[in-house]
Amino acid sequence: MRALTWHGKHDVRVDTVPDPEIVNPRDAIIKITSTAICGSDLHLYDGYIPTMKAGDILGHEFMGEVVETGPKSTLQKGQRVVVPFTIACGQCFHCGKQQFSACDNSNPADNMDIAQELYGQPFAGLFGYSHMTGGYAGGQAEYVRVPFSDVGPIVIPDGLDDDEVLFLSDILPTGWMGAENADIEPGDTVAVWGCGPVGLFAVQSAFLMGAERVIAIDHFPHRLELAKKFGAETINFEESKTYEALMAMTGGIGPDACIDCVGLEAHGLFGDNIIDQIKVSTFLGTDRIHAIRQAILACRKGGRVSMPAVYGGFVDKFPLGAFMEKGLTLKTGQTHVQRYLPGLLNAIAEKKIDTTFLISHRMPLERAADGYKMFHDQQNEATKIVLKPGMVEA
Amino acid sequence: MNDTDGVRSDDAPAGTAKSDAADKVGAGLPEQAGDSATVQTVTINKPRQELYSYFRDFSNLPAFMDNVERIEVKDRQLSHWVVKAPAGATVEWDARVTEDRDGELIAWTSEAGADVPNSGRVEFRDASGGRGTVVSATILYDPPAGVVGKLVAKIFQREPAIQARRDLRRFKQLMETGEIATNAMNPAQAREKEQG
Repeated sequence: MRALTWHGKHDVRVDTVPDPEIVNPRDAIIKITSTAICGSDLHLYDGYIPTMKAGDILGHEFMGEVVETGPKSTLQKGQRVVVPFTIACGQCFHCGKQQFSACDNSNPADNMDIAQELYGQPFAGLFGYSHMTGGYAGGQAEYVRVPFSDVGPIVIPDGLDDDEVLFLSDILPTGWMGAENADIEPGDTVAVWGCGPVGLFAVQSAFLMGAERVIAIDHFPHRLELAKKFGAETINFEESKTYEALMAMTGGIGPDACIDCVGLEAHGLFGDNIIDQIKVSTFLGTDRIHAIRQAILACRKGGRVSMPAVYGGFVDKFPLGAFMEKGLTLKTGQTHVQRYLPGLLNAIAEKKIDTTFLISHRMPLERAADGYKMFHDQQNEATKIVLKPGMVEA
Repeated sequence: MNDTDGVRSDDAPAGTAKSDAADKVGAGLPEQAGDSATVQTVTINKPRQELYSYFRDFSNLPAFMDNVERIEVKDRQLSHWVVKAPAGATVEWDARVTEDRDGELIAWTSEAGADVPNSGRVEFRDASGGRGTVVSATILYDPPAGVVGKLVAKIFQREPAIQARRDLRRFKQLMETGEIATNAMNPAQAREKEQG
C-alpha cells in the first residue's frame, strides 16, 4: 500500500510499504477514506519529538471503512468508523475510570521503557506518533491496523459526511476536553491561546459550556476571523500587548479560565521564546512555553488553567511562584478521546458543533508531502489539510 | 511488607535497598542463588487466585516471557528452562520450586550447574482499593561473566531486570485484555519482534 513516511526533519515521503494484516484477536483493518494532518504532526515534521525512526508511518486523525476483523473485534466489514488517536484496551484500571489516554495495556511492553524512565510511568499507545507512544503505524496511508477495535472506533451513521465527523479522531475532543478542564462556570470569561484547530474547537466548546465571553489570541488574521465567527473577541499578539489587553478587556480581573492551545513550538518574538529556542537548537532541550507562562500571569486569582497543548520535555522559567501565590489550578493531559465520542457525534448530528469550516484543503494521499509543507509554511491560509487516498484532483 | 525479609527500618521492599539489596533479598528466600537483585511490581485488574493459577502452570510462561524459548515441566517442583541470551546464544538451567503457597507465592531456585544461577519469588497480594492483585517478582541472578556480561546483556536488552519488567507488563496485558500489545503490522513482523 501507499503511506506517508517520516525520514527526518522536514523530510516526509509517500512510499510503498507492506499492507497491514490482523495480528491480534481484537484487531480490525480499516481502509482509509479521509485522514488529516494535525498540528502535532508538525512537531514530528520539525523534529521536536524524540524516538522517531526512519520509515515510520505518520497520521493519527483518520477514518474509513472496516475491511477485515479479528475474531474478537465487534466491528463488521463495511461499517464506517472514526478511530480515536489514543489506543485503549478498555479493561485496565485507567480505562475503567475513562482515562483512556492513560491506558496501561495499549503500549507494547518494550516501548514502555522510554516513558517509564522519562516520565515515571508509561502511557497509552498512539497512532503514528513516535516509539515512546508505541511505534504504531499511523493512518496517513491506504490501510491501517487498529488494535482493540472493540473499544476505540465509533461507527458513523449514514447521512454524515467524512468532513463532518473526521475530527472526532482528535482535535474536536481535544478542544472539548481543553474547555472541560477549564471547569467553566456561567458568566465566565475564558481566554484561549492559539486559534489552530484545537483552539477553535475550544472556543466553540467554551461557549457551549456556558462561558459568557471568550477571548481568542493568535497572530494569524484568518484564524482570528474564524474565532470571531463563533462569537469570540480577539487579540492579535503582533498588534496588541496580550497581557495588557486581557487585563483591560476583563476590567483588571484577568480571565476566569485560560486555555493553552499552542504548545511546545510557540511562535512570536518574545524574549523567553528566543531563549527557549536557542536552548532547543543547542540541545539544551527545553520546550518553548511562552503561552503557558502568559496564561499563568494573566489568569485571575483562584482561576483555572487548562493545557491541551502538547509538551515533550522540560521547561525553563515556569512561573511557579505566581502559580502558587494566585492559587491557580492546572489541568492537562492527552485527550481521553473515547470518553467524548458519543456525545460529540450527537452534537455534530444535531448541528450544535460545526467542524467543516476548518477544512481549507483536500488533496490525494499521494500529495501528502506537499500538504505537510503547505501546513507548515502557510499557517494563515492552511487551517486544515485533509488527505484522501484515491482522490482525483479536479 | 515482607515479613521474611531481613531487619530494616522501613517498609520498602528489600529489592529497593540502596546498598546490599541482593543480600537483603536473599535473606528472605528459602534458598539463595545469584548476587544481583531486581524487584518488579505490577497491579493486575484480576483476582489473585486466577493469576496465581495461570502463573503456576509454568508451561504458560513463554506466552508472555519473550526471552524464554521453552520450559519443560518435569513435575510439580522441577522444570528445565531454555532462555535466550545476547548474540543469539541460549542459557539453560533446572529450576526447583522451594516454596509454594496457593494463591499467594511461588519461590524457586536454580539447581547446581545452571548457566545463570538464579532464585526468586513471585508474590500475589490483594491490591488496595479493589484494584485487583499486586504481583511482585523478586529475582536474584548471576549475570553472565560478571559486570561486563551484565553490560553486554543490557546493550542487547537481555538484562534480567529489564526483561522482568517487560514480562510483568506483558503478563498484565495478557490477563487483562486477552492479548499482548504489539505495533507489528502483520504476523510475520510480530514473529520477528518476538525472536528479537
